[in-house]
Amino acid sequence: MNAVAEVRIQREDFDLAAEWAACRRRSGGAAGAIVAFGGLVRDRASDDDVSGLYLEHYPGMTEASIERIIAQANSRWALLDVLVVHRVGELAPADQIVLVLVAASHRPDAFAAAEYLMDYLKTEAVFWKKERRRQGDVWVSATANDRLRQANWQR
Amino acid sequence: MTAGGGEQSIAVRFFGSLREAAGEQTTVAASATVAALKAQLCQQLPAPAREAVFAPGVQIAVNQVLVADDAPVAPGDEVAFLPPVTGG
Repeated sequence: MNAVAEVRIQREDFDLAAEWAACRRRSGGAAGAIVAFGGLVRDRASDDDVSGLYLEHYPGMTEASIERIIAQANSRWALLDVLVVHRVGELAPADQIVLVLVAASHRPDAFAAAEYLMDYLKTEAVFWKKERRRQGDVWVSATANDRLRQANWQR
Repeated sequence: MTAGGGEQSIAVRFFGSLREAAGEQTTVAASATVAALKAQLCQQLPAPAREAVFAPGVQIAVNQVLVADDAPVAPGDEVAFLPPVTGG
């Protein structure tokens, strides 16, 4: 059974409480757990100060890449509802970048799927990210650790 | 394949660091494959943009699907050059 899945790419901020309530409503009485992950803009990277982040996407292809990741999660765990909200544009330190909500009947499925979704968002979702560092702007890619975490799901 | 203009051309889009190096979009004359399109683009782009676009790790999508160099392309297709991605 496939979970209800929603992917939103937007410039605007998101509201965890509102998304959580909507996820609860959609999952109904079958849900025993919701796991939420929020990603934030950090003010440090590679030993440098970061004053902001610029995120770019490829409309259509980006959504499809995330839907594919959700489909993979669906085939591994019993999920009821999945929401991914990802922001693009100019962001400042402490801003919210990404929200992942996973509802499931049982806690272990929700925890594992949320972690899996984030590990794959880091490595396979179609976004480009520029850090505005003190020493200049740098386009960043997935880190070795991101790739290792993703590879661990394939064992 | 002979070079043509207008409707015989293929739109090429660049994203992220490639957009900064090569501009948002260009057009190339109709090409039979991704490899042939790359050869044309290689001649068209100035040196700094060329280095960025043909750097290792750059992937190519035709109509938003990742493809290899031997994939066919046709007029009207949208070809995109994608530097390494990362989200989250």
